Amino acid sequence: MSVALVAAIQSRFGDAILDSHDLAGDDTVTLRKDALVDVCRYLREDPSCQMEMLVDVTAIDWQEKRSERYEVVYHLHSLSLKHRLRIKVAVSEEDLTVPTLTGIWRGANWPERETWDMYGIRFDGHPDLRRLLLYPEFEGHPLRKDYPVRGYQPLVDMPSLPVDREDSEE
Amino acid sequence: MTVYGKEGHTAADHLHTREMILNMGPAHPAMHGTVKMILTLDGETIKDADIHVGYLHRGFEKMCEEQTWNQVMPYTDRLNYSSPLINNMGYAMAVEKIAGIEITPRCRWIRTLVSELSRITDHITCIGAQALELAAYSPFLYGIEARELLYQLIEELTGARLTVSYARIGGLRHDLTDTFEAHYRERLPRIHQLLEDVHRLLTKNRIYYDRMAGTGVISAEDAIDYGFSGPVLRSTGVTYDVRKNYPYLAYGDVDFEVPVGSEGDNYDRYLVRVEEIKQSLRIIDQCFKNMPDGPVNIEDWNVVLPPKEEVYNTIEGMIAHFKIIMHGSDIPEGEAYSYVEGANGELGFYVVSSGGRGPYKMHVRGPSLHLMQGIHKMILGGMIADLVPTFDSINMIGGEIDR
Repeated sequence: MSVALVAAIQSRFGDAILDSHDLAGDDTVTLRKDALVDVCRYLREDPSCQMEMLVDVTAIDWQEKRSERYEVVYHLHSLSLKHRLRIKVAVSEEDLTVPTLTGIWRGANWPERETWDMYGIRFDGHPDLRRLLLYPEFEGHPLRKDYPVRGYQPLVDMPSLPVDREDSEE
Repeated sequence: MTVYGKEGHTAADHLHTREMILNMGPAHPAMHGTVKMILTLDGETIKDADIHVGYLHRGFEKMCEEQTWNQVMPYTDRLNYSSPLINNMGYAMAVEKIAGIEITPRCRWIRTLVSELSRITDHITCIGAQALELAAYSPFLYGIEARELLYQLIEELTGARLTVSYARIGGLRHDLTDTFEAHYRERLPRIHQLLEDVHRLLTKNRIYYDRMAGTGVISAEDAIDYGFSGPVLRSTGVTYDVRKNYPYLAYGDVDFEVPVGSEGDNYDRYLVRVEEIKQSLRIIDQCFKNMPDGPVNIEDWNVVLPPKEEVYNTIEGMIAHFKIIMHGSDIPEGEAYSYVEGANGELGFYVVSSGGRGPYKMHVRGPSLHLMQGIHKMILGGMIADLVPTFDSINMIGGEIDR
């Protein structure tokens, strides 16, 4: 089933697929970054794909093992047609951005925020790209391989409590 | 002087009518763990909600990347701590998927059995706690007694009530104990009785029904778009259950039904969970009946620790033991996304191996994260009191959201 899916992307988007494999039965395609949104929209909307659910977003830090350090990984699932696809996009250290998929699946919101939080990869066009799990003053991105396992964070100044001005005036 | 009651001088003209911002949690009794919601309220109606899941951060994924394949197992206990056995099985399956390991038939059945035990404890906790937070104390106590009976059984099997670490890559820590089935059967009548008590206290309870029915509603379309799964998705009428749609372990060989709701509200989620407990009991029964005899572990000493007689009496056994303990198993290079039906939905493990002694990259797809990102759809426009049963019925577990 999903072999057909990979072939369909291939025929429609030509050179968008840089690499594909089906290790352990998981169909995987590596896409060019600029083709990501178009391919995903096609996968979601085309009746032969119907990927209604974005299951998961995460990233891998390859450090010097690859020429492009990071890889953002998406898992898609079609409930009606019962197929799954993994999409990967390489991200280099010089340009740490990926276009957001929140316009296609609203469910991309938090997983993308989590990936930004943990790996420092920006999602262009994301409506609300704040840290998800950590606090705003946190320095660094903990799931990068160069973040120490026993890393320490500086102390954060306690902000003074805001006074409700409107109340005090009245 | 202001004269009230005259035209143009109603009481409302002189009362504050601005919206109020309320910080609900993390110390609010109805909020779990470190969750807080910053609510914008108009009276008691929720106009806007900014949800912070907080930084429980224990560094689950970071720690896993530092450990050997087998050392990760105790960490997975702590993901969804209401159903640790399912997490164990999910992780073991992910590694086995990369390595292409085929587990033994008996192991498949035992894993199915203990997963269902965990599912029941999770659902009972959810139902009980939900009733508790709606001020129905007794169903909570009955539910917890039923859970306790199952916890004792799990303790007999694994040595721990919660931090079970029962699975191993390629098998299990050990077979079922000899008295396991007998003890289960001994407890079963009491468990049935307690579940019946909870059902009779809640299902047709006027107060409970009024607070649950029609609150926290979500449509099937929204639920799918936000990546919902598990009882919350099924309450909207979507029949997606990993156990049925993509049968794993022994689920393809057992007979069970997937209950679905129709309204997508809190009451449907309650009913779905109640029915799932019954189905789980059915599955457990079939597991005891159909479970074959035989070994629980595969014979490959590269991934499974050899039996102690071999370790102490043969050089091969000792070397294999030493190799796994000191170095860890070598799992071939590759990547896999393996998913099981957790108590709250699709629990996925995305594992990348670079051929080393432990995972190069480990990612958990916890269903709670996706449920939390869509919870505003269920609470906006509702009353603040409806937030409590809604938040409980999605059964968010902080350990699962943590990375």
